[in-house]
Amino acid sequence: MASYLAQQTINALQLGSIYALIALGYSMVYGVLVMINFAHGDLFMLGAFACLLLATLLPVHLPLVVILLVVMIVIGAVGALIERIAYRPLRNAPRVSAIITALGCGLVIENTTLSISPYPHFMPELFHSTTIAWAGLTITTLQILIIGVSLALMIGLDLLVTRTPFGMAMRAISFDSRTVPLMGIPVNTLISRTFFLGAGLGGAAGVLYSLAYPQVSAGMGVLIGWKAFIAAVIGGIGSIRGAVLGGFILGAVEVMAVAFLPSTYRDLISYSLLLVILIFKPYGLLGQPPNQKV
Amino acid sequence: MNALEIDALTVSYGDIRAVKGISFDVRDGEIFTLIGANGAGKSSTLRAISQLLRHGGGVRFRGRELRGLAPEKVVALGLAHVPEGRGIFGNLTVMENLRLGAWIRTDPVGVADDFEKVFVIFPRLRERRDQAAGTLSGGEQQMLALGRALMSRASLLLLDEPSMGLAPKLVGEIYDVLRKINESGVTILLVEQNANIALRLAHRAAVLETGSITLAGNSADVLANPRVREAYLGA
Repeated sequence: MASYLAQQTINALQLGSIYALIALGYSMVYGVLVMINFAHGDLFMLGAFACLLLATLLPVHLPLVVILLVVMIVIGAVGALIERIAYRPLRNAPRVSAIITALGCGLVIENTTLSISPYPHFMPELFHSTTIAWAGLTITTLQILIIGVSLALMIGLDLLVTRTPFGMAMRAISFDSRTVPLMGIPVNTLISRTFFLGAGLGGAAGVLYSLAYPQVSAGMGVLIGWKAFIAAVIGGIGSIRGAVLGGFILGAVEVMAVAFLPSTYRDLISYSLLLVILIFKPYGLLGQPPNQKV
Repeated sequence: MNALEIDALTVSYGDIRAVKGISFDVRDGEIFTLIGANGAGKSSTLRAISQLLRHGGGVRFRGRELRGLAPEKVVALGLAHVPEGRGIFGNLTVMENLRLGAWIRTDPVGVADDFEKVFVIFPRLRERRDQAAGTLSGGEQQMLALGRALMSRASLLLLDEPSMGLAPKLVGEIYDVLRKINESGVTILLVEQNANIALRLAHRAAVLETGSITLAGNSADVLANPRVREAYLGA
């Protein structure tokens, strides 16, 4: 029993780290713009497709780390581009316009992909995984890779946000974006970079996810995207560490629900968890109430 | 030599004209105060000067027209605006707020020097340097807002009601500091509802009433004006 639980914990860390990477994108964008980028789940999907294209169309065999970096940069640029052409013109429009635009962007990305590639593709093996047996547990080197890369990206982001001038400015924007220009800080440039980072992490999640579950399809971003959004809300949307916490909590709940209950209960339980947490913590576990200006 | 030349400045919110074509100059090295009641257009004037608001008319800073410039570009020219309500970032530490004030600086040694200078002027900020700025008292937040503006090494400070919400003793402390900042060579454009204290500090003044300047001159003359005494000083 104990080893079964420990085994499931490893699975939970793997799923949770992917949720956390995607949840970060929702939370970062919410932090600077107070909007939900509903296209973010589809950027995750594009990340998986970009990985597939790089792995199958090029005559050369790229190392996985190169694929990961290229995907992050490309998807990051797509995220920044969406902000520039679709969200920025609506910066001062009513909130609902931005939400509908974000939903629309998601649908455009998803259906464009679907029209180009109507059937799911199988992801070739990019990483030769071996199984390590230790103290009655089995862990694959792929699981170690996924959890390790995710944690490295999260720690990197946390250092960026807490230690660098860019991170300080990002947090300042989330507190009071109207005062930030008075420091000589170009707000639009920072918002672009925030989208780039958030989308890049979503792209990385797409790569890692398709290594673990090697099927790539146009609709894969929808359910995963919603789940990661729930994770961001559970952790407290706008909070970077909250997004990571929420991702791991949701991963654990889902894996444990399937491990101990009929697997059809999984989504019921994850959405119920959201509702229960929001009843007791309306701003999520680490979230702050909106800044009350004097 | 004028630090700032305001020429027929207008600011409108939709159909409502909040600033109705005012003109005044701020001379290099002086403290100029714009006094007036709540809603007279004082904050709108400052926000137009720092290009946070679109405006009509001219705003020339050291000979350069600012109209149409992005607000973040204005700071680099040497103009720092401490907004109404102080505008400190409550979720950042005192030190982080000061660092953001130095965003445009490219001389790390000079910045380190200036942290020290700010801490000498406001010793309480040094004690609280790693504390979240939102936990500071109102007076300390005003000190932080001023310190943050000084970190940009601005040659002109726009101050929007630094006395607001502060106990009289603290107002006195803040105003003593403003005098010292000015004596160190920084030009100040001060907006105040508290006409009494502002007129005692400033060299020259203008009275703003519903978007128009109704009186301007040396502070001592404005302070002695019977209408000003009646309307703003309760005498």
